[in-house]
Amino acid sequence: MSNINLDAKIPAGALEDKWDNHKFSVKLVNPANRRKFRVVIVGSGLAGASAAATLGELGYHVQLLTFHDSPRRAHSIAAQGGINAAKNYPNDGDSVKRLFYDTIKGGDFRAREANVHRLAQVSVNIIDQCVSQGVPFAREYAGLLDNRSFGGAQVSRTFYARGQTGQQLLLGAYQALARQVHLGNVELHNRTEMLDMVMKDGRAVGVVARDLITGAIHSYSGHAVVLATGGYGNVFYLSTNAMASNVTAAWRAHKRGALMANPCFTQIHPTCIPASDEFQSKLTLMSESLRNDGRIWVPQNAEDTRSPEQIPDSERDYFLERMYPSFGNLAPRDIASRASKRQVDVGKGVGPIKNGVYLDFDEAINRLGAPVIEERYGNLLQMYERITGEDPYKMPMRIYPAVHYTMGGLWVDYNLMSNVEGLYVLGEANFSDHGANRLGASALMQGLSDGYFVLPATITDYLAPQLGEAPISTEDPIFKQAEAAVRDRTNQMVAIKGTHSPDHFHRELGKIIWEHCGMERSAESLDKALAEIPVLREQFWNDVRVLGDTESFNQSVEKAGRVADFLEFGEELVLDARRREESCGGHFRVEYQTEDGEALRNDDDFAHVSAWEWEGEGNEPTLHREPLVYENVHLATRSYK
Amino acid sequence: MTKVENAQRYVGAPQPAPAKKDGPFFVMFWRSAVGKKWIMAVTGIMLIGFVFAHMLGNLKIFLSADAIDHYAEWLRTIGYPILPKTGVLWILRAGLLGAVVLHIWAAASLTRMNRAARPNGYKSPREYVAADFAARTMRWTGIILTLFIIFHLLDLTWGQTGVKDFKSGDVYNNIVNSFTRVPVAIAYIVANIAIGIHLYHGAWSMFQSLGINSPRFNPWRRGFAIGLASIIAIGNISIPLLVVTKVVK
Amino acid sequence: MKLTLKIWRQDGPTAEGRFETYDMPAVVPDMSFLEMIDVLNERLISEESEPIAFDHDCREGICGSCSMMINGIPHGPERGTATCQLHMRKFKDGEHITVEPWRARSFPIIKDLAVDRSPLDRIIEAGGYISAPTGAARDANEILIPKEAADAAMDAAACIGCGACVAACPNGAAQLFTAAKYGHLSLLPQGQPERWTRAIGMVDEMERWFGSCTNFGECETACPKEISIDFIALLNRDYIKAQFKNRRLSGQKS
Repeated sequence: MSNINLDAKIPAGALEDKWDNHKFSVKLVNPANRRKFRVVIVGSGLAGASAAATLGELGYHVQLLTFHDSPRRAHSIAAQGGINAAKNYPNDGDSVKRLFYDTIKGGDFRAREANVHRLAQVSVNIIDQCVSQGVPFAREYAGLLDNRSFGGAQVSRTFYARGQTGQQLLLGAYQALARQVHLGNVELHNRTEMLDMVMKDGRAVGVVARDLITGAIHSYSGHAVVLATGGYGNVFYLSTNAMASNVTAAWRAHKRGALMANPCFTQIHPTCIPASDEFQSKLTLMSESLRNDGRIWVPQNAEDTRSPEQIPDSERDYFLERMYPSFGNLAPRDIASRASKRQVDVGKGVGPIKNGVYLDFDEAINRLGAPVIEERYGNLLQMYERITGEDPYKMPMRIYPAVHYTMGGLWVDYNLMSNVEGLYVLGEANFSDHGANRLGASALMQGLSDGYFVLPATITDYLAPQLGEAPISTEDPIFKQAEAAVRDRTNQMVAIKGTHSPDHFHRELGKIIWEHCGMERSAESLDKALAEIPVLREQFWNDVRVLGDTESFNQSVEKAGRVADFLEFGEELVLDARRREESCGGHFRVEYQTEDGEALRNDDDFAHVSAWEWEGEGNEPTLHREPLVYENVHLATRSYK
Repeated sequence: MTKVENAQRYVGAPQPAPAKKDGPFFVMFWRSAVGKKWIMAVTGIMLIGFVFAHMLGNLKIFLSADAIDHYAEWLRTIGYPILPKTGVLWILRAGLLGAVVLHIWAAASLTRMNRAARPNGYKSPREYVAADFAARTMRWTGIILTLFIIFHLLDLTWGQTGVKDFKSGDVYNNIVNSFTRVPVAIAYIVANIAIGIHLYHGAWSMFQSLGINSPRFNPWRRGFAIGLASIIAIGNISIPLLVVTKVVK
Repeated sequence: MKLTLKIWRQDGPTAEGRFETYDMPAVVPDMSFLEMIDVLNERLISEESEPIAFDHDCREGICGSCSMMINGIPHGPERGTATCQLHMRKFKDGEHITVEPWRARSFPIIKDLAVDRSPLDRIIEAGGYISAPTGAARDANEILIPKEAADAAMDAAACIGCGACVAACPNGAAQLFTAAKYGHLSLLPQGQPERWTRAIGMVDEMERWFGSCTNFGECETACPKEISIDFIALLNRDYIKAQFKNRRLSGQKS
């Protein structure tokens, strides 16, 4: 165990002044000197693309790596519902303070006050920035921006572009990035997957990556390394994440010394389309904005086999409205998800395999008319019809929770720098802002906040003292060793020539984690998972079958590498869940619940960030704790009743 | 990796055509495919105008021999006496020739570009949804039309195809004598079907190429194209058809 | 369902390709097309032959990765649907399905069904943006945008960059892709200052890689987001206008 000081470097001053104070106190880099600095950014989603574009605009030299064929394909693109900002355009009582408070509370008091407040402050700039880039947010007839409300909030602060908000925001960032590529400030390396991080003298100095087209292993060095590589939801195999989303970049950095914080904080999204069969490779999320106008219910009688429209209102149980009268169908995600799960668990599930609950637009269609509903949710409803073959204008939709977002991630301080000097982590890949549960429409906000506004302001503090130093050459032995290690590991997987595909192991891992460390966790289930995962990992390394060679485009090689990392990471996730002896947000331990089944926090023992340090294969990682100090909010029990 | 290196990243990586060199605006314009399509649309409108007027004039054959002969004579004397006889006619002819040359040149050049854009085609049959027969056969109907124009000039302008008693200016008799030959009548009918097909796509397509676009009249474009193509084709076909069937003698 | 698949296999960018035929004895109608390929790939791996390479990611029809020519139509027979959202219930029992990669000079095949679509990025880089450096923005509500304009821009902005328009076009043209991005930006007030340079920049770059638009309209029917070719008309018009209105030309020596 090394001597790690988890200093979050939270600036002094009143909460409202911290960010300003901090920006004033950091060292700056003179515009003429910026081109002398090289920054390696991995990932081209909202956080990565916005950071690369902004650093490019400022004059830094950026190398951007993405394993996608184009930066525009990053999974941020799939976010549907919207992006929060404390603009208070609707005049319904919103403010920076309220967004800050809602986020802290929504996160069940497991996020850092200072970071969250900064996020709320910056949120207003994000909207301005995106509009100026041409993001076509929804408008009122007078030309002003439209807002909608979202889960976990009692104000309308969510900006949206039909059901494609993530797409439009990402395209905005991607276009800004494309401009910098054109100007030569950003070098874009598409279809290039980071497979290791390189450190020298305790600092992150570059990464090693595989050219996915040719299989060649290359190094990229810079004065700083930025990871914006998304979340690890695919550790559950079935999730709403894209097929290629993975933990590899973060995990490689972790194995080089970066701490992994709160991996057990995973979010289950309440409104996904239930799996239809065993072949399903991924689940499809439908924006929870649907909960604005849709009502969630199950038949009161579990034996009710009538089709939904024949069940009279009096025999339906609108369970969210019943249990949480003030928030109703807009209760936060974790609460709504668990409520749905319980209905299904007691046999009230609907659909052919009784694995969902109804989300019904009937009342809204009667009240507003089908055209309004189509205007608001048309593409979501169309998507539902395409996938299920059922018409949601006539039949209530069936929904069920699925893994969607991961609040945990690499530990970062207020500057978004990890405990490894020179390694910055942005967006979903870090743990910073959402605590134990993320509010809807806040992921986009965080990704863009980190990339457009936070990193460009904080990275100067680390770069400025390095003026005059060239980045470490990629010919340096330290890079050559790392390249050789990556090559060996890749070749090793191909050489096993076992009997099962990488997907097989991924599926098995997902089953273990979903079963034992999913929506509800217990000491017993977690211990089971801790016993099973190493066995599966052992099997993987003896029995995986990766066909083809490593010297060309080979998706099996890519997949195998990602699964291998999930097999290590999954264990740490479960361990974190085991050690967090409380329920909070997305982490629900059955041992710790109130009488009516809500999460029971233990603020005395667990008001901290759990940051894990890798101790080598076969050794238990070391737990470091960053205490969470609340000076501005009162730790209350979340109540959405 | 910069863009240049991208092109060398692997054997077979996509290679762009060289960037256009700077030049006078009309040269730059001609070099761009959008510009060429614009020119095709503008020359297409000129040619449609000509074909339409040509058809209207020729339909005078159904009034009387005098009517069409008189019309033909009028063509030679437009603008007279301020311009010499046939002066305007030659200006029109020059304009038409220029339009035809530009139209064909642009088409040929775009065809080359488009062939190069997919040197290695699909190996299984395509299932076209929107690209109709007319659109897909523009090149072929275009070639048919070019050949037909040459034949038509040889036939009724220069009298080189053995029309009985060919006499320049004796339009009515020349037409009747030419079209009573069944193969010639068939050739005219086939060529005019080709004109109809070519115009159908062209008359719709020109709106796109020129960027004339408004939701108000977009639904009419298709109808306009069908109407115009049908009127011209039917009008033109009626002459050889009625001559060869001895209705017009 | 029983299906027979004929799938294009090609080992690398310069290798010769060939069709291979696979019997699928038990396809579930609720499967998506890609899930069916997943099942086939699992089987191929168990038979020790290399799985079929294909691009895919979000499987929600938004990332634009998937790219298959199915029975001669990009993304298959269902209109307005990307391959990943195409479900097997749209096919008939016993059907033969042929799958090919996109084909165009600027979309070389990397392997099997995966192609390199990076030239589309080059078109965006050549002007498909609004230059709005971070931090320079004014308040979002100071720019009034009529709802109709925002909606029309959104219609165009829905493009997912999959390249189906190029694949569908008998000329291998990328006009719909270019026009969609151009239309999105140029219908908005924020996009006006760079409108004419954008038209010239994007069109000129596009023509370095792709064929020309001759108004077949095939792209529109293949587009999984059903983007209208009206945007192509807008692009064409603006390209012509840009020859005269280009502010770079005003009052400046060439």
